[in-house]
Amino acid sequence: MKSRSLVSIDDLTTDEIIKILGLAAEFEKNPIQDILHGKVVATLFFEPSTRTRLSFESAVNKLGGKVIGFTDSSSSSVTKGETLNDTIRTVNNYADLIVMRHPIEGSARYASEISTVPVINAGDGANQHPTQTMLDLYSILKTQGSLDNLNICMVGDLKYGRTVHSLLMAMSRWKTSFNFVAPEELMMPDEYKLYLRNLGLDYYETADLNEVINMADIVYMTRVQRERFSDPIEYEKVKNAYVLHDHMLNETRPGMKILHPLPRVNEINTDVDSNSKAYYFEQALNGVYTRQAIICTLLGLN
Amino acid sequence: MKSINDPKQLLVSAIESGTVIDHIPASTLFKVIKILGLDKISNQITFGTNLDSKTDGKKAIIKIAGKFFEDDDINRIALVAPNAKLNIIHDYKVIEKRVVSVPDTITAIAKCMNPKCITNFENVTTRFRVVSKKPVALKCHYCEKITDQERMEII
Repeated sequence: MKSRSLVSIDDLTTDEIIKILGLAAEFEKNPIQDILHGKVVATLFFEPSTRTRLSFESAVNKLGGKVIGFTDSSSSSVTKGETLNDTIRTVNNYADLIVMRHPIEGSARYASEISTVPVINAGDGANQHPTQTMLDLYSILKTQGSLDNLNICMVGDLKYGRTVHSLLMAMSRWKTSFNFVAPEELMMPDEYKLYLRNLGLDYYETADLNEVINMADIVYMTRVQRERFSDPIEYEKVKNAYVLHDHMLNETRPGMKILHPLPRVNEINTDVDSNSKAYYFEQALNGVYTRQAIICTLLGLN
Repeated sequence: MKSINDPKQLLVSAIESGTVIDHIPASTLFKVIKILGLDKISNQITFGTNLDSKTDGKKAIIKIAGKFFEDDDINRIALVAPNAKLNIIHDYKVIEKRVVSVPDTITAIAKCMNPKCITNFENVTTRFRVVSKKPVALKCHYCEKITDQERMEII
């Protein structure tokens, strides 16, 4: 590893990503082990994120480690005005690894520079959430058998969506073609399109999901949130255009899988859930194996 | 010698040895002084500002006696005075001319424009990677957002 902490997906080389994904597959075969016996992992959630926290805690518990921490900043000394610097230095005395979720962007990088133990960024504001990206990559690899030559269709809020940006950056390491499906107000920002162009990777933008869904190996759905629109009428117009229904999947590729970082609201109709192409709940389970692999890699245990 | 009675002549005395920094935008003179720490040294310093310049509108000039800068130090002013020119003086003669260039990384000079960045909440020294030199664009080491020339603030 270049650094002991995992703050951004860019901290990992492609070889390191492949290695961690391989290790995650080992944990999937054998998720209950005693590798973390005697280790303490601190989960510092300065803002609540139940799904991510439970996934990390499950990963640690299944490997025999212990978890300490807090679930939101109101139950920590942050409310007394303690700085992040002081919190990290204090927790360093108690834990072998820190998992941190914080609303301020760059807080995880800063914490990793102060900390004497590895820090895993479990989301720093709108910036990075690398373990989500790793579990997305694991889900893609597992369902498609390879990360090469895939067609990935990203749908919904592509402007503000942290997960789609990180996934785009990560998948651009392989020969991927992208379709971006979003309303005009929520299109993929230029900097990411420029990034793909510079790498010579193909992308196509459309507002119509039906136009591109049949080419996709992976359909990555995200929430279109009302508060992202300056004009509420605009939201009402587009909100139903980015909802996936079961009947839309009839002509899609046999091995296509639908991913979603969850929580879902209404962008995937529940009639899709029973389709074998729906993969979002398995995707969440993959998060446990991927996090087991990341924790053990950072602690040098495997 | 030009006469100091010449009304077009600047009333800034020549230095025997040291550095003259010319073509500083008048609006950023005091930022240059601060970045170079000239307000904290005991060398003899003269400066002029709001001087007419054929190329820069209003410019400023600083003469620092007995002071010579390393490239790494002087390049720190490139963000606020990209066209600055240095004259290195020995024995009243210009022995070398230098220009400034934007460095690849910027530490402790600029403020991150992202109001949600950790550097704007805690006592963290700002660090940026220069992703574009003209116009200048800085990528924050912490929040990874881009601060462009228009939104750049010098600490």
